[in-house]
Amino acid sequence: MTTFLGGVLIVLLSSILAGLVRVLRGPRMADRMMAAQLFGTSAVAILIILSRVTDSPAFLDVAMVFALLAAVTLVAFVALALRRVR
Amino acid sequence: MLDLVAGLLIALGTVFFVAGTVGLLRFPDIYCRLHALTKADGLGLALIALGASLMARTPGEVFRIVLIWFFVALASAVGGHLIAAYARRMDRTREGSLRHD
Amino acid sequence: MTDPLILFDLLLAGSIVALAVAVLSVRDLFTAIVVFIVFGLLSALAWARLAAPDVALAEAAIGTGVTGALLLKTLHHLRHFSDGQTQDAARDLTAVQPVPMGVTVANAAFCGLVALGLAVAFLGAPQAGPGFDALVSDAMPHSGVAHPVTAVLLNFRAYDTLMEVVVLLAAVIAVWQIERGLTEAPAPALGMVWAGFARLTLPAIVVIGTYLLWKGAEAPGGAFQGGAVLAAVGLLLLLSRLYVPQPSHRGLARWAFVLGTGVFAGVALLVTGGGRVAFQYPPEHAKTLILLIEGLVTISIAVTLAALFHGREPVALNAPESRHDT
Repeated sequence: MTTFLGGVLIVLLSSILAGLVRVLRGPRMADRMMAAQLFGTSAVAILIILSRVTDSPAFLDVAMVFALLAAVTLVAFVALALRRVR
Repeated sequence: MLDLVAGLLIALGTVFFVAGTVGLLRFPDIYCRLHALTKADGLGLALIALGASLMARTPGEVFRIVLIWFFVALASAVGGHLIAAYARRMDRTREGSLRHD
Repeated sequence: MTDPLILFDLLLAGSIVALAVAVLSVRDLFTAIVVFIVFGLLSALAWARLAAPDVALAEAAIGTGVTGALLLKTLHHLRHFSDGQTQDAARDLTAVQPVPMGVTVANAAFCGLVALGLAVAFLGAPQAGPGFDALVSDAMPHSGVAHPVTAVLLNFRAYDTLMEVVVLLAAVIAVWQIERGLTEAPAPALGMVWAGFARLTLPAIVVIGTYLLWKGAEAPGGAFQGGAVLAAVGLLLLLSRLYVPQPSHRGLARWAFVLGTGVFAGVALLVTGGGRVAFQYPPEHAKTLILLIEGLVTISIAVTLAALFHGREPVALNAPESRHDT
């Protein structure tokens, strides 16, 4: 089971790395920001699995912090960007 | 048996994450990408969370996993809404093209 | 392959280095910020893999909650602070200047030397030395708390932590001194969906922040983690204009800034007055004192980080006229 979950972790991390292409290419700021948002969710998934594999429930708290603060950067981006348009 | 089901759910969830990334890379514009992404990560994380809670040792862990899923789903929905609203307003004011590079 | 996660670890380590290179080499500053946020995300995973959940928590809270927003705000200022003047001035500031070849070569040589020095130090160090594990676990009963990291941070090496809190205080004093003239357009309303989300999420973040502080006594968590999570609440309140800083709140904010440092230093002085070394708490009161310091430091960290995000001292021209637009 651990080997299988290790494989899953590698796939999830690789999908983050592949998604980085969208961050680098854009073309719009919103594209880049949105990609970072997806990575946040992937990181949460990775942490949930890691907490199972290494049997450390403390990682769930880390995942919880990610989950609760996921919106902060995004809201900062939207609020600041709209401030300019008006 | 339970482990097998959990493994299947986690594998399926991972497939959705990969699908979301493919959509992020291949879809033509921001609205399509947003569609791919919010759906994929919502379902992907739900499946992985379900699989992980089947393997959890204590009810406390299950509770925390459910809470995590709930807040990610919430943030993802609201985040998608904000990004879409932002992109639309940018398109309208014609300043959206400012940052094409 | 003894550890099934070894491949994951290698990939993670490689990605972190690649992302660090990307942050430095990307031309567009906004892209650099987003890459840096991803860098923080993966660093938190790396800390988790290194079995350091305390650091992973801090990185998660600061990296995703505060740093990204602070950098975005800074970029926003850089690009728009000259709205009255020419656009070119702002662009000059944000553009990456070409570096002369000589500087690049000198930099590369210097980095090579540092890397060489680190390699020599690493290879020369005794492998798998005993470290301070035994020392810390021997002293744990006198520390007043059950979690070794908290014991080290707030008891055995408390002076170090005190200095970290002082750094934050110095930063906010500097920002309030420097940033005075900037005026900002009022933030737009983010809409009903956001308002509902904020109403549901903000209390949850407060609960989790307090939980992390509370847990710090016996498990990973503590003042910095709790403070950073609570600071995110401040950021969200400021961004959605649920809270608009008023000039009349300056006094209260100043008290909140110095609260942590003041009490921390005050306890150290009091203990010294009792004929002990600073931070050598009397064992029967150690837990109370540590929790008192941690709680107040948490408040200071949260308020200070939020104030740093706001960027300047609240001034009178911030009229309360836009309060109803949330």
